[in-house]
Amino acid sequence: MFQIRIHGRGGQGVVSGAEMLSVAAFLEGRYAQAFPSFGSERMGAPVMAFCRIDDKEIRLREPVLAPDALIIQDPTLLHQVDLFNGVPKRGYILINSTRSFDELGLGGFARGVQQYRMCTVPATDLALKHVGRSVPNVPLLAGFAAVTGVIALPSLVAAIRQKFPAALAEKNVGAATEAFEIASRAKETIDA
Amino acid sequence: MLKQTEGSHAVAEAVALCRPQVICAYPITPQTHIVEGLGEMVKAGELTNCEFINVESEFAAMSVAIGASAAGVRTYTATSSQGLLFMAEAVYNAAGLGLPIVMTIGNRAIGAPINIWNDHSDSMSMRDAGWIQLFAETNQEALDLHIQAFRLAEELSCPVMVCMDGFILTHAYDRVDVPTQEQVDAYLPPYQPRQILDTADPVSIGALVGPEAFTEVRYLQHHKQLRALGLIPQLAAAFRERFGRDSGGLIRSYRAEDAETIVVALGSVNGTVQEVVDEMRSEGSLIGSVSICSFRPFPLAVLREALQHAKRVVVLEKCLAVGLGGIVSDGVRKSLSSIVLNGYTVIAGLGGRAITRASLRRLFEDAERDELEQVTFLDLNADVVSYELERESKARRTGPTAEAILRRIGTVASGIG
Repeated sequence: MFQIRIHGRGGQGVVSGAEMLSVAAFLEGRYAQAFPSFGSERMGAPVMAFCRIDDKEIRLREPVLAPDALIIQDPTLLHQVDLFNGVPKRGYILINSTRSFDELGLGGFARGVQQYRMCTVPATDLALKHVGRSVPNVPLLAGFAAVTGVIALPSLVAAIRQKFPAALAEKNVGAATEAFEIASRAKETIDA
Repeated sequence: MLKQTEGSHAVAEAVALCRPQVICAYPITPQTHIVEGLGEMVKAGELTNCEFINVESEFAAMSVAIGASAAGVRTYTATSSQGLLFMAEAVYNAAGLGLPIVMTIGNRAIGAPINIWNDHSDSMSMRDAGWIQLFAETNQEALDLHIQAFRLAEELSCPVMVCMDGFILTHAYDRVDVPTQEQVDAYLPPYQPRQILDTADPVSIGALVGPEAFTEVRYLQHHKQLRALGLIPQLAAAFRERFGRDSGGLIRSYRAEDAETIVVALGSVNGTVQEVVDEMRSEGSLIGSVSICSFRPFPLAVLREALQHAKRVVVLEKCLAVGLGGIVSDGVRKSLSSIVLNGYTVIAGLGGRAITRASLRRLFEDAERDELEQVTFLDLNADVVSYELERESKARRTGPTAEAILRRIGTVASGIG
């Protein structure tokens, strides 16, 4: 079973991101479960959502406590929430930022005992460029697909097309495709 | 057809396939996406021959449901938490009048303190209202139980609540198999009311009944639920035959046949329990679990059959009977009358507290060593409790309890579990 935890703020599409990820896995014939952490439903508040992907039925209903991958949609949360809680050694961490994780002061986590496989994706910029709104969820999911290989880009694209009306879907597919390319280029360094 | 969709949406699709003619709901928290989805289907013309009535409160929702059902049409509504309490009087009336309304409860806690999260306090508060109460373990089962619920309700002329864990199921995206209209039509015949308000053949419904007959009316309500004990497994078997999967029934055992320790629970937590059972079985523990699907009627005989060989029974409950302990435990112990074994009540998951594998594992290991109290509160923060008790013992005007605790533990938005 592969477990993902997504952190962000209300209004950034954290919950729908987890849902799209589960749809992408479902479209690959796998079992998936996505659910939000049910906190205060207001814009700007810290929000979490979870996704599990497996080859058999998923019975577990606890929150994702030990995520194989962490997606951080809002880097300002780094100082507010215990984001890295439960991430195992060699876990994947994707952060929405135009800066490198060294510039974010997080390089130690990649080189230290945790050996996290970290990748930053300029997801907000990509969303603004392609979609015209600062919703970073889709580019980060594409980055996740590129870095982890847990889901394939075409499955994610199909999930995006299920989620959004046609015109909006194509804009998101554009953002996803570019994010996938950016993260793919970073993959070799991350895995090293 | 297999789909990856939200629990609430899956239930909305199931209800629509049952061809309801009146759906009424009050669309505000605590409501789920179920009636929102149904409202959209009616508006889009996908669900035809159905009137969606936006009412002014939950009390009105059940009152309109009673009127619609008495007028002879298939009727559905949904609510949870405070909404269910607000409709309480009408909930009893629907059962007392024998009207086969189906209602989804997206289980949530009841305040105060204000809390929107999951536990079973809402359904449990209405456990003796005369409704049949079925608890779903998964979103697939929630979907399936609605199809069974209309048939059960209408065969007996008794209302049915389908209870599914709020958020944990209602807001979770999962794989579900949505049946076809033909399959559902073949399973669920058109509604044939036993009583109907018909101007061509007038009757009165809802007479004043004095001591001369009240007991008999109540006894017959009880008798109906006892008949349901036979009918529920039959409908589950018929469902399996047509749809090819197990859903519903009275109870479901998991690796309990030779178990010394058996965990009993309702609803979605059974999935996590089964994970822990497998983990402990692989290390040699003789542990199993039983999921109760039908809480009303309470399946005394089959539970006895499933539990009687155990050395101990742990009842895991998402509701607290304040001043007593467990509600489900009462029924479980009654089912084991004259059988000597260790019985434990565990209160867990109140107000949405996560029930984790790690906590369950510790709990079950304590149970195996018979080191549990009669009533245990899973993951209770003893420091917070003793600090508050200490504080209250030292001064008179200590102020509101909940707020004092919140100040002490600080922000909760930053926690993961």
